[in-house]
Amino acid sequence: MSEQERRTEPYEIPEEMKSQVAVTTLDKIYNWGRSNSVWPMMFGLACCAIEMIATAASRYDFSRFGMEVMRPSPRQADVMIVSGTVTKKMIPTIVRLYNQMPEPKYVIAMGACACGGGPFKEGYTVVSGVDRFIPVDVYIVGCPPTPQSLLNGLITLQKKMEQESIATSRWYSKAPSQPIPIPVLGPDLMDPRKFDLIRQQSAAKKAAQTADGEVENE
Amino acid sequence: MSDLQTQTLVPQLDTIFPDWVRPDDRAGYQGYIVETEHLLAVAKALRDTYGYDLLSSVTGVDYLPEGKLEVVYHVFRTTGGPIFVYKVQVPRDNPVVPSLVPLYPGAELQEREAYDLLGIRFEGHPDLRRILTWEGFAGHPLRKDWHEPYFEEEAKPYKSRWPEGQVRRAEDLNPFADNVDYPAGFDPESLVPDADDTLYKTLFRVQQAQHPEIKTDAIVVNLGPQHPSTHGVFRMVALLEGEKILDLKPVMGYLHRNHEKIAERNTFLQNMPFTDRLDYIASMSNNFAYALAVEKLMGVQPPERAEYIRVIMAELTRIVSHFIAVGFLLNDLGAFFTPSLYGIKERELIVDIFEMVSGSRMMCNYFRFGGLARDMSPEAVQKTKELVNDRLPRKIDEFDRYLTENEIVRQRCEGVGVLTPEDAIALSATGPVLRASGVPYDVRRAEPYSIYDRFEFDVAYGLHGDIYDRYLVRMEEMRQSVRILKQALRDLPEGPIMTGKPAYQVRVPAGESYGRVEGPKGELGFYLVSNGKPNPWRYHVRAPTFINLTSLAPMSRGGKVADVVAILGSIDIVLGEVDR
Amino acid sequence: MNGKGILSGLLITLRHFVDTYLEDLKVGRKRYGTAEGIEMRRSSDTRGIFTIQYPEEKLPVPEEFRFVPFLVYDVKEDGEKAVRCTSCGICAKVCPPQCIWIERSVDAATGKPIPTPAEFFIDVDVCMNCGMCAEFCPFDAIRMDHDYEMASYDRHKHHILNKERLLKPASYYAEIRPTSYRREEAEKAAKEAAKAAARPPAGTAA
Ligand code: SF4
Ligand code: SF4
Ligand code: SF4
Repeated sequence: MSEQERRTEPYEIPEEMKSQVAVTTLDKIYNWGRSNSVWPMMFGLACCAIEMIATAASRYDFSRFGMEVMRPSPRQADVMIVSGTVTKKMIPTIVRLYNQMPEPKYVIAMGACACGGGPFKEGYTVVSGVDRFIPVDVYIVGCPPTPQSLLNGLITLQKKMEQESIATSRWYSKAPSQPIPIPVLGPDLMDPRKFDLIRQQSAAKKAAQTADGEVENE
Repeated sequence: MSDLQTQTLVPQLDTIFPDWVRPDDRAGYQGYIVETEHLLAVAKALRDTYGYDLLSSVTGVDYLPEGKLEVVYHVFRTTGGPIFVYKVQVPRDNPVVPSLVPLYPGAELQEREAYDLLGIRFEGHPDLRRILTWEGFAGHPLRKDWHEPYFEEEAKPYKSRWPEGQVRRAEDLNPFADNVDYPAGFDPESLVPDADDTLYKTLFRVQQAQHPEIKTDAIVVNLGPQHPSTHGVFRMVALLEGEKILDLKPVMGYLHRNHEKIAERNTFLQNMPFTDRLDYIASMSNNFAYALAVEKLMGVQPPERAEYIRVIMAELTRIVSHFIAVGFLLNDLGAFFTPSLYGIKERELIVDIFEMVSGSRMMCNYFRFGGLARDMSPEAVQKTKELVNDRLPRKIDEFDRYLTENEIVRQRCEGVGVLTPEDAIALSATGPVLRASGVPYDVRRAEPYSIYDRFEFDVAYGLHGDIYDRYLVRMEEMRQSVRILKQALRDLPEGPIMTGKPAYQVRVPAGESYGRVEGPKGELGFYLVSNGKPNPWRYHVRAPTFINLTSLAPMSRGGKVADVVAILGSIDIVLGEVDR
Repeated sequence: MNGKGILSGLLITLRHFVDTYLEDLKVGRKRYGTAEGIEMRRSSDTRGIFTIQYPEEKLPVPEEFRFVPFLVYDVKEDGEKAVRCTSCGICAKVCPPQCIWIERSVDAATGKPIPTPAEFFIDVDVCMNCGMCAEFCPFDAIRMDHDYEMASYDRHKHHILNKERLLKPASYYAEIRPTSYRREEAEKAAKEAAKAAARPPAGTAA
C-alpha cells in the first residue's frame, strides 16, 4: 500500500457500523482544518497585488476557501502571497516578515516576477525570484496571473497541505527553527550566506583588473 | 509688450537673454539651452514674467559621446497652452546644477531622482539623497557607461537568442550566481550599512531648526513599506510630537524596477508592454501617452477609428482608476472593503471589455504607433454601450448616494490635508489633486491631444483643496468620462485601425519629444530622445503620482497621524509608477 | 438630520444584500452552475451575487485572451506532426523581455540551416504574456494559449518550456481561437489560389 492509500483508507469499518462511525486519521482532520482556514498576509508588492485584491473581491471571492481573513500582521498569517516584483530594497523586509510568521507557514510566489524575476529580471535592482531567499511552496505562472489562476494556485497549496502529516512536520520537530539571515544593502544586495563567495569573486575581479592594468602599462 | 501678451505668447528666450540663452538647434530638438550660471535668473523670469508657473518635469540625459549631461526642464502655464522646454548642459565629470527647489518646490523629488540615477548634483537642494536606490548604492545606473549585473548587450534584440539559442537563466552566467555586482576587491565584512541613519538625521535637522531652544521628545514612526494603508510598498517616516506630525518624509524605491534603464535597451515597440506596468490600474492611458510621444517623433497620425477607440479606452480606464481610488480611500478611512468591493465590481465589468479587445485584463498592450493592435469587435462595442449608457451612470449615482453625504466621510475629509492653489501649483501637483485645489487644469483642455477637442465635457474642480474635494472631483470626473464615452461611442466610425502596416521594427528619426496625456492620476508624460537607432537613447516617464507625492509632507504637517493615511489615499498613488 | 447619510448608505448595502435573494428566487436553479447563469452574472445588468464559483464554474475567457504562448503544429495525412515554425527568429527578436530562445536546425550533411527549429524554449518566469510574438509571427506558428492553470511546486523543473511542451495541434488552436483560425486559414487559401493562378498550368508551355 502506498503512503497515499494508507492515509485515505485507514481501517476497515464493519458494514453495520458504517452509518454510525466515521473513521479518520488525526492527520486528515488536522489538515482539513488547516487547509480551509489559510489566512494570507495582507501584503502586496506590485501589479500582481491588484489581481490578488480582485481575487479577494466579490467576483472571485476567496473567502469560499476560508482565506478571506487577510492579516496585516505576519504574526497571524499562515501564507505569504508574494504578489509582484521583489526588489533588492524590499527583500530585507520580506525576509524579516517571513521570519516573523509563525509555523506552519507557506509561501506562494504569484506571477513571473516573484517566481523568477519576471519581465524586469534584467534590471539592476530586481531579485531573480523570491525563492533565492525564502522557500516557496507554490509557483503561479503568469504576468499577471488572472484571479482564476491565483485560485488555482491556492487550491494547489491546499492539496499540498493535505499531503502533510503531523508526525513529519517540521514545526513539531524538536530542533529549533532557524531564522533566515536578513540580506544587507551595501554597494549591492548582500546575502549573508554568500559572504565567502562575494569576497572571493571580488578579489578575483581585482586581480583581473590589476593584471589588465599591467598589460596595458607594458 | 502688454501684460496679456507676455502671459500668453511663447517667449523668444534667445532674444530676451541673448547672452545667456541659445536656441537648441540640434535636428529634431526644441527649446533653449541656458547657461548654467544663469539658470535661476532665467527660470525666475519665465515663472514670474511669462507665467510659466508649473514645473512639470525635471530630468537628465546622459550624452556620453559628447561628454555632457543635460538637465531638461518642462514648464507650462496653468492657464493652458503648450509645454515649454529649456535645458542646461554640464560636463559629465563635474555635473553641478543650481537647484530649482527655491523657485519650484515641486522639483524636490525629481531632482533627487536625477541625482540618484544620473549623478547630477543640485546645488542648494535642501535634502539631496538617493531616492529610488539606497544610500551606499554603487554608481548612477542611468549613466550610459554603467552596466547592470545581468548586462548582455547595449541593445535588444540580443544575439544569444537566435539562431543558436541555448536557453539559460541569467543568474547562471553571473560570477556571484545572482543579480549582483560589487566593486573589485570589496569585502562584505568591512561594510557598515547605512541603516537609514541619513534619513533620520534629515528629519531631526528640521526639528532642531524649528525649536533650537527646546529639547522635546519627538519620536520617529515608520509606516511601511509593509503597511496595509500605504497602497503597496511605500514608506513614510513621520516625526511625531504626541499625535501631531512635525515632519514627514516619503521613502520610496521599494518597487524600483529600472523601467527606464530597461527601456533604453528595448526597441521602441518593445517598450509598449512595459508601459502597462507603470500605473498598472490604468494601463491604457500609459499606452496612450507613450504612443503619442513616439508618434510625434515619427510624424504619423492614427486613423479616425483608432482615435475614437483610444479615447474610449482611456476614459474607461479613468473610470476604473477612480472607482479604485475612491474605494481605497474609504478603506483608508476605516470602511474596510465594502466600498472597494462595489468599486471593484464595476472594474471587473470594465476589465472584461479590456480582455475582449486586448486579451488581458490589466496589461493591455493595446496601442501601436499609428494605431491599435487589433480592432474592437462589434460585441465589445455593444458591451461597452450597455455599460456606458445604462449601468455606469446608475452605479456612479449609487456610489454618490452611498458615500458623499456620509457623516463620517465628511468629518474625516473636510478641511483635512488642505492644499492651497498656490501651493498646489508650486508643488507641481497635477490631476485631481491640482483640480481639487481650485485650478481647473486638464491637459485634455489645456493642450488637446488626439481628438479630445471634439468632445463636450467639463473640467471638474474643487474649491477647498481638501480630501473631500479630491473625492468629489473624482466622482465628477467619472460622470464626465461617461459623457465623453457616450459621444465617442455614438460617433465611432468604421474604417482601418492602423496607419501603414504593422511592423515590429519602426524607424524613429533622431530628436526629442514629449508626449503627455491627462491620466487618471495626473499629467502622464513621456520624454523620449532618439538618435535614429531602433532603441531610444533616453526614455523618461513623468509619473504623476511620483510628483504629486511632493505635496504629501506639506499637506500632512501639523495634522494627525490618522489623517496622513487618508491624505495619502486621496493622492491615489500607484507604486509601479512612483518607483518605476 | 445627523446620521442620515450613514443610514442611506447602509440602505444601499442592505439593498445589495436583499437583491441576492430576490435574484435567486427570480432566476431559480439555472442561476448557478450553468453557462447561462455565468453569462447573467457578468452582463451589464447583473444584480445580487456576482461571484463565479471557481473551480466548479469557470469564467469563460474571450477569444483574444492571452496567457503564455504555444507553438502550433499541423497533423499531416500520415499522422506526422508538421511544425509550422520555420525558426525565422522574428518572435525571439520582438520579444520584449527576451525570453524566447530558438535553436535553428542544421542539416548534418551539408551544414546548411533547415527552416525548422531544433529546439525552442520559453522561460515563463520572464515572459510577460504580451502577445508580441504571436502578433508578429509571419507563419501563424506561435499563438497565445488560454490555459491559465499552471501552478506548480517546482519552477526549476517546469518553468522553462521546451519545444515538446510548447507544441499543440492546430485543432486545439481552432478550438480556442475559432475566428482568428478561420481568418488565417481563409487568407492562406486565398494566397494559395493566387499562387496557383499566377503559375502557368503545367504542360501548356511551349
Ligand atoms: S509578474 Fe507581471 S504583473 Fe506580476 S508583478 Fe511582475 S510584471 Fe507585474
Ligand atoms: S514562431 Fe514564428 S516568428 Fe517565431 S521563429 Fe517560428 S516562424 Fe518565426
Ligand atoms: S508573450 Fe511576449 S514575453 Fe512572452 S514570449 Fe511572447 S513576446 Fe515574449
